[in-house]
Parts: sequence; C-alpha cells; structure tokens
Amino acid sequence: MTRPRLQTVNLWGGIITVLTVLAAVLWAFPLYWGVISSLKPEDEVVRPYIELWPENLTFDHYITAITTTQIGSWYLNSVVVAVGVTVITVASSMLCGYALSQLSFPGRKALWWLILASFMVPTQALIINHFVLVSQLGLINTWAGIMLPQLIHPVIIIVYKQFFDQVPKDFREAAVMDNAGEFAILFKIYLPMNWGVTTALSIVCFIWTWNAFLWPFLSVTRTEMMTMPVGITQVNDAFGVYYARQLAAAVLAGLPVALAYLLFQRRVTEAITLSAGIKG
Amino acid sequence: MLTNRRKDAWIAAVLVAPFLAIYLLVFVWPTIQMFGISFTDAPLIGSGDWVGTENYERLPKDPRFRTAAWNTAYFVVLTVLPGTLIALLIGMGISRLKGRLQAAVLALFFLPYILPVSVVYFIWDWLLNFQFGLLMHILDLFGLDRIPIMKTRDWFMPAVAVVTIWWTAGFSILLFLAGLRAIPPEIYEAAALDNASRWTTFRRITWPLLWPVTSLVFTIQLISQLKIFDQVYLFSVGGRPNDNMVLVYYVFQRAFQQDQGGRAAAVAVTLFVLVVVVSVMQFQLLRMAGNRK
Repeated sequence: MTRPRLQTVNLWGGIITVLTVLAAVLWAFPLYWGVISSLKPEDEVVRPYIELWPENLTFDHYITAITTTQIGSWYLNSVVVAVGVTVITVASSMLCGYALSQLSFPGRKALWWLILASFMVPTQALIINHFVLVSQLGLINTWAGIMLPQLIHPVIIIVYKQFFDQVPKDFREAAVMDNAGEFAILFKIYLPMNWGVTTALSIVCFIWTWNAFLWPFLSVTRTEMMTMPVGITQVNDAFGVYYARQLAAAVLAGLPVALAYLLFQRRVTEAITLSAGIKG
Repeated sequence: MLTNRRKDAWIAAVLVAPFLAIYLLVFVWPTIQMFGISFTDAPLIGSGDWVGTENYERLPKDPRFRTAAWNTAYFVVLTVLPGTLIALLIGMGISRLKGRLQAAVLALFFLPYILPVSVVYFIWDWLLNFQFGLLMHILDLFGLDRIPIMKTRDWFMPAVAVVTIWWTAGFSILLFLAGLRAIPPEIYEAAALDNASRWTTFRRITWPLLWPVTSLVFTIQLISQLKIFDQVYLFSVGGRPNDNMVLVYYVFQRAFQQDQGGRAAAVAVTLFVLVVVVSVMQFQLLRMAGNRK
C-alpha cells in the first residue's frame, strides 16, 4: 500500500533537489560572470557572444587597477575604519550589556527602552545632522569622521544582554564570596564564557562597516580618504569605459568580505542569525 | 547593603558611560537637530531663519517629493513581498539538502549578501550593459529588441528591485532556514503517517509554525527598503536621477547638492516618522499575534 506513494514522494523530492541546486548555480552566475570578465583581455570582454572561459587568461586589469588608482589607500582606510568601528562598538556594547544584565541601578529600565526604541531610528534620515556634527568637529575627510556615526548598533547590546542573562547565577555568587570586583567578574567569567558571541558579533560588525556606503560616501571628498566601496565608484572617471578594469577593482573590493565569509562560513551565518534576534 | 547598592550604581555608570556618550552624540543630538532645522531655511552648514511649517507645507505640492514618495512605495511593493516569498521557497529547498551539499548551495545564495553595494552595482551594470552585456546577448538570441534598462524610466525600478532581491535574499533565506530547523521532525513524521499531502503539510504545519519568522523577515525587509538609496543612486549616475528619485535620495539632493538643509530636513523628518510608525505598528501586530497563541 505505502510503496507507490513513497516512490512518488522520492521522485518529487529529487526534482526539488535538482531545481534547488540549479537555482543556486544560476543565482551565483552573475558573480562568476563578473570575476571571469575581469580575467579576459579587453578585446575578449566585448566579443558579441557568450564566452564562459577566457581564451587568454590575464591579470593585467588587476595590475592596472592597483597601479593607476589609489586602491592601496582605500584598502587601508577601509581596514582602519572597519576595525576601529568594530572594536569600539563591540567593547562599549559589551560593557553596557553587562550592566543591563547583572547590575541594578537607577534608570536601568529607561536605558533598556531607549536601546529598544533606537531600533526604529533610520540613520539615513540623520545624514544632514551627522554631516553638520562631523564638520563642526572638523572631522570631514578623516578616519574618525567616517567612523563616528557608525559607532552604534543597538542589536549588539541586546544580544550581549541575552547571553549574559543565561550565565548561571552560581558563578557570580561564588565570585562575590571571593570578594571579586565587578570588573573581575566580567573579564574573568562572563566574557570568557561568551567568546563565541563576541567573535560572531565582531565578524558581522566588521562586515557591516566594510560594506557601508552612504555615510562614507558623504563624509569624504578627497579621493585618497575614501573607503574601498566608495573608491571603486570613482574608477569610472579614471578608466573611461574599460569594463574589465572596473570589474577587477570591484573584485578587489569584494574579496576581503567574500573570503571572510567562505573561511568562517558557520560563524558568519550564526552571527547574522543572532543579529536578527533569532537565537542560533 | 546600602553601600553595595551605591557601589553598584557607580560601577554601572562607568560601564554604561561609553555607550551612552556615543548614543547621545550620534543619535539623540542629531535627531533633535533634524527636527529643529526642519522649521528653518538653513543651508547645509550654518543657521537659518525660522519659517514655521513652510518646509512641510511645500512637500505635497512639490512634484519631485511626490515622485520620491511614489517611487519609494513602488519599490517597497516590488521587493518586500516577492523577496520574502522567494526566500521562503529557496529556504525550503535548501532545508531538504544535507551536509556539504547544503552548505555549498547556501553559500551560493548567500554570497551576494556579503558584498558591498558598489560591487553589486558593477556586476549588474556589466550584465545589463546595452552594448556588451550578457543579458543583451540573451535578448538577441531570442530575437528580442535590446533595452537600455537602467536608462529607461519604466524598467528602472523593477530592475533595481530584482538586483536588490538578488543581493539581499541570502539574509532572509538564512532566517527561514533557522526557523525551519526549529520545527521538530516528529511533526512531519506524524503528518506522513496520516498520509497528508505535500500541500496540506505545508499549509497545516510549515506555514503556521514558520509564521513568526515570516513576519520578522517581512518587517526587516519593509523597514530596510523604505530607506533605499545606494542602489538607486549608483544606477542613476549618468541616467535620470530625478525620475528615479526616492526619499533618501531626495534628502541627499536637497541637502548636499542644493545646499538646502532646512527643506531636506523636512523630508528626513517625514521618512523618520514613516519608519517609526511602521515599526510601532509591526511591534503591536507581533504582540497581538503573540497574545493570541
């Protein structure tokens, strides 16, 4: 009785699997096409038919992109800004999350609501006044200026608080008996027990900052101070219509985050799920 | 005990201070200022005179603001629901796979999400290139006329919507996968024993149990697409920015290209209120749904 039914189920299952895999390959094809076009000589790039693999593989466009633009500076700016924002944001959120989770102090409830409410604030609406603030501080075209408005991700505090809440109270009580101070409890017990969360949150914070476009685009006017994602939009002017060079520059901009993802796949996906408020 | 309390408060103050300082400086202060200058005729930098609600009264009559509001709404319609459903479908497809194959397929769908928007722009600008783009070759193969997609008014928003769904679906897929993994397999086994059809299983088990994730994905999409700027800006360079205007773009144009901080702030406040209202509504809906259970 059950046998024919089982077979149709497997047939459908097989079809769905094949479709999913095909869709995945198709989905990633634009990425492949971008990369492969950047490895073709300029005359092959503009051939009027679809050439899936270059006849003459070349890295010339990468060399041109690196030597004729300020990609070196853009990389440095992006690394400094992304690392700076990640360290400051994660550290300040960790401290605040610990206070919210473990200490009772006046205004604790109010602070918690303030953090939840800030989820709703669209930072894009604040660009005018961020610009006013940063220029009043004299920080236009500086690393500090690019970093400042990006230093808050309320979700990081929320995730830290959730994880600190879950640490069994026994650890804390034992430490208090030993006369350990709050800082010792935080740095010797709570933080080491949650290294995984810290790594995960740092990775997403780094990726968010590396990829940020609007604010770095507004706060920098000098080419050598641009971050990678903003800088590569300038190669249009530098290159004219050399498509392969633009693509080579784009590949160079995407490479660090793509590699970070491929190397730490599980951590990244876990971190992103966490950041959406779902516990992994 | 009392001294302990007081000590706690001091330590808390120290721990909270760095965050609070940044928060006041880059969140609270700019928000207050935004409301303030929206009632003045200030330029981008510098102060202006009080003009009351004039900047707001101008908005409904301002054709470019209307284009921006309309395009933003259109973009939301084009991306939010389709994006959520596509991610759900793909997520269900991936959840059937196992081990390395699953990881590999997920990676292919997820990779675009990890890239900066300008990289996404270059890749698609190349695919859609009128002279040499792959898509134009495909149109040729089918004997169809080539279309300068990003330079055509009617094609612009749908095309940017497709690119956006391609770019961001990975995130929603990930959330759906987490949601699907949380459904206990025993429920499906029970359904199989009852000879429930695929559709019934989906409608009676998967869909209702996945509903919290679906509404989460939907809201995250809704709020982030209201704030669209980057893709529209990049694809409009050398095109028709005034036809492709969206709300954040309009704020940018008024403030940074026309040096009208006050009028720009009025648009920013409108966007701000819109996003807050949508968020609050969503929060209430989620709470109601939570209470019903």
